[in-house]
Amino acid sequence: MKPILVFVEITAGAPRRASLEALGAARATGAETVAVFCGEASAAAACNGAQKAIALGGDSSSPDALASALADAVKNNDCGGFLAAATSAGRDLAPRVAAHLDAVLFSDCTGLEVSGDQLTARRPWLAGKVIADLVSSADVFCATTRLNIFTPSEDTGPGSCDAATITAEPKARVTSLEAKASARLDVQEAPVVISGGRGMGDKEQFKLLEDLSAAFGNAAVGASRAVVDAGWRPHSEQVGQTGKTVSPQLYFAVGISGAIQHLAGMRTSAVIVAINKDAEAPIFKVADYGIVGDALEILPVLTKAIQAVKAEA
Amino acid sequence: MNIVACVKRVPTTDAEVKVAADGKSLDESGLSYMISFYDELALEEAVRTKETHGGEVTVLTLGPSSGTKEIRECLAKGGDRAEVLADPGWLSRDCRATAKALAAKLKDLGADLAFMGRVATDRDNAAVGPMVATYLGWACVTDAISLEIADGKGSAKRETEQGLETIEFSLPAVITCNKGLNEPRYSNLRGIMAAKKKPFEESPAELVENQASVSALAPPAPRAESRILGTGPDAVPTLIDALRNEAKVL
Repeated sequence: MKPILVFVEITAGAPRRASLEALGAARATGAETVAVFCGEASAAAACNGAQKAIALGGDSSSPDALASALADAVKNNDCGGFLAAATSAGRDLAPRVAAHLDAVLFSDCTGLEVSGDQLTARRPWLAGKVIADLVSSADVFCATTRLNIFTPSEDTGPGSCDAATITAEPKARVTSLEAKASARLDVQEAPVVISGGRGMGDKEQFKLLEDLSAAFGNAAVGASRAVVDAGWRPHSEQVGQTGKTVSPQLYFAVGISGAIQHLAGMRTSAVIVAINKDAEAPIFKVADYGIVGDALEILPVLTKAIQAVKAEA
Repeated sequence: MNIVACVKRVPTTDAEVKVAADGKSLDESGLSYMISFYDELALEEAVRTKETHGGEVTVLTLGPSSGTKEIRECLAKGGDRAEVLADPGWLSRDCRATAKALAAKLKDLGADLAFMGRVATDRDNAAVGPMVATYLGWACVTDAISLEIADGKGSAKRETEQGLETIEFSLPAVITCNKGLNEPRYSNLRGIMAAKKKPFEESPAELVENQASVSALAPPAPRAESRILGTGPDAVPTLIDALRNEAKVL
């Protein structure tokens, strides 16, 4: 099998976990892996586990110019595959890279199987109401990997590092980044997601979910479409078919009845806990564990219990 | 300005979908369709851009033959004319084959700006917009939540995991639209009546061989049996115990 090129995002000098997951997915196929990242060659040691790294120099602020350089790297290294994590950047870049290579793209894959020289991508359609296994007849197999699904690649020490430069004339460029106020985790990245719905009563009660999230320390607060439409929470937190699809280790659905569009966005979570007043709510059909009752009474007790568990650890 | 809103017909989001007997495709019986949620935002932004800058909005879709009511509805909401790229195999067309046909049409139309949804809520690929832009050599902004156009240039914002990005770009461009960009309008009786007189053209979509093929399509694996642990705050210790010792996630 030809090598697989993986786009690795570096933030604060280290590769993002999501990128290491993509690298892990590539390595698991048995193919040689080439990690490509924006920055200095000295960061190559950060490209955990790839046989080779390519440091892309030049201005990386243009997604179109960067995509062009990534496609060139695929060609110049005679790669048979291109992978990126399905992050904001990965989802933006991968279709452009695929088009440069005149190849189809499989986005947000939850599985990658290899049989002989043939890669099969597994990905949800209709936000997970059905699961498709897909093969590509393109010269380069292009895919993005859903976050929190693949095992991150482990560091095997620095490999060799080549340099390349972004040279294409930019048609668009990022001119500023207004960083998030706090180091809040994104719902797609967080290992624990605590989502609230109408059953929270009103906007202010989301404080109880924030408190539970803080007790975990590695959690993000999510929301149902109903509360986003009501203006209680931003769209960036919406989980479901018209929001984000998440697969955390632990998902709490609090005061969420479980409309089919919401279930589509969270049913691949490893463990699901539902808290709802209505024992007949559809959310209890997909939850592993359920508590029937008023979320506003249960949450403070649950937060204290989690704090106690974390204090022991 | 020559503005195009690209829209896709998708199964309604409340649809219960089934796999067809061949184990490789969707059972279309009983499915009803809607314009993909994010494409409604694309249409709205196209109409607003026209209202600010003048010009014409073409509603472009690749889909089944004959004018469907969903496309007429787009004209009722402010599109000036519709172009249907007809393809009997539209449901199985892959993102590359779709992007190539749309790119060819956008070039023919001489578009300055093409709006699309962030993602179509059927295949969830979020690929066609940036692929079209790349095939055409145009600028592209994905997941836009704000947009300004002036003097042949544009500025847009998009949310990433790190924060809010501002992107400046040249025209022509493809913009994929995210929730927050606008609030789509409803059609009114006047719009619906006017839509009946608007041009509605259909031509065969460019034939492009699919590279993707489905080897299997299946419902998601069933989840383990649910357990109701109890009622009210008294059930919290049981939950903690289950998360710790059974699920081992604490």
